[in-house]
Amino acid sequence: MKRARVMILALALAFMALVAPTVLWAGDLDDVKAAGKIRIAVFGDKPPFGFLDENGENQGYDVYLAKRVAKDLLGSPDKVEYVLVEAASRLEVLLANKADLVLANFTVTPERAQQVDFAKPYMKVALGVASPKSAPITKVEQLKGKTLIVTKGTTADFYFTKNHPEIKLLKFDQNTEAFNALWDGRGNGLAHDNTFLFAWVKDNKNFVTGIEFLGDQDFIAPAVKKGRTELLNWVNKEIEKLIKEKFFEGAFKATLATAFGETVDPKSVLIEE
Amino acid sequence: MLDSALSVFKMGRNLARLMEGLGVTLEISCLAVALSIVLGIPIGLLMAGQRPIVKRILRLYLEFIRVMPILVLLFLFYYSLSKIWNINLSAMAVSILVFTLWGAAEMGDLVRAAVTSLPRHQWDSGRALGLTETQVSFYVIIPQAVRRLLPGVINLATRMIKTTPFVFFINLPDLVKVGQQIVEVAGFRNPLASVWVYGFIFIIYFAICYPISLLSRYLERRWPS
Repeated sequence: MKRARVMILALALAFMALVAPTVLWAGDLDDVKAAGKIRIAVFGDKPPFGFLDENGENQGYDVYLAKRVAKDLLGSPDKVEYVLVEAASRLEVLLANKADLVLANFTVTPERAQQVDFAKPYMKVALGVASPKSAPITKVEQLKGKTLIVTKGTTADFYFTKNHPEIKLLKFDQNTEAFNALWDGRGNGLAHDNTFLFAWVKDNKNFVTGIEFLGDQDFIAPAVKKGRTELLNWVNKEIEKLIKEKFFEGAFKATLATAFGETVDPKSVLIEE
Repeated sequence: MLDSALSVFKMGRNLARLMEGLGVTLEISCLAVALSIVLGIPIGLLMAGQRPIVKRILRLYLEFIRVMPILVLLFLFYYSLSKIWNINLSAMAVSILVFTLWGAAEMGDLVRAAVTSLPRHQWDSGRALGLTETQVSFYVIIPQAVRRLLPGVINLATRMIKTTPFVFFINLPDLVKVGQQIVEVAGFRNPLASVWVYGFIFIIYFAICYPISLLSRYLERRWPS
């Protein structure tokens, strides 16, 4: 009896959270300018995209872009307040208005686009599968009945859950754990954005990216909360301008080139005009 | 070997960053554990009391906290509050609030169990001597209940401390998360970095939790039954 009541209460709360209006105050471009800083959500532990260096400073490809955004919008690359996120909390920080902009290797998907607005993409990516050199996985068929490691809430997680129910997935909250699990041999392979894999395999010589391109070509784009049209338009123009002036080639050289190694052609990840 | 270990901590501000992470862990743990104990005692006495409505409400609160994973509570207070009612609490405030809600509920149940485990004649004798309900609680029941309470409280406190790394999911970098950030970067050049950093974190947690166990053993010896 008591338990039943608790269940009802819990369900009622969950229901409230779902149906309650989610569009409330969401300051626009002027508010960012008035605040004098832009709150950008980036990763804190995913080199080379977003990480903290040994001095605790934010670094990486996404951070390189974040600094430029702050410089062009507010006049100084330091006018950023970094919000460190996990893959699974990238949507939430926008919905709950804890950040103005997400620059965290965020892949555009139709499901996500229903909840947040994506600006023009600044990078492209496909899925890949890394596996031990001694037992390389080069075709998806090889994975049938085997264990594949993924990080929860990533494109790889969605892709395999939806398209390959026959493959057993071992899911982790964080990339660190996922890659450690592959290292420990708790799975036959690890699926992730190929860019992550290129970087990781370069430092872990016993592994190869047996499958380099899988699924659709996806795009990485900045995201803002729905309804923040001014900010969205500004980011769109900014990305267009930066692509024209070949800013991202510089960003690639400064942050990704060393991590990916010479084998990766910048054209395979950068967006062309 | 030792060089590779030390180099991780000597690189840049790594050691200082770990200490900052420890600060976050300690701030949440200390405040939440202290508040839980303070709030849990009256909650427990009410739970063991005679008012059926109060008892039912507190029972509901306890069951709610028990069935909800801490992570869900953190998300609820950090993200959902601001989404639905635009109440923007800081991550630190949410962490202390959620851990206190949890701790106070569990503490309340421990107090209830300790109090009701005392034989009924302890209450009756107290009342027969002309003591009021409050006086019986303070002079007869609580002193006897405290000793029965100790092992449970120590268990709860250490469990709370060890659960604090969840706060990273609301973007608060605690000791474990800072360690992970360091491992991710240092690991590129130093494959053993994770061993050293997590080993260090293990020692720190041990250094926090072990003295609590010692304290409980000391108190149990000082207050023999």
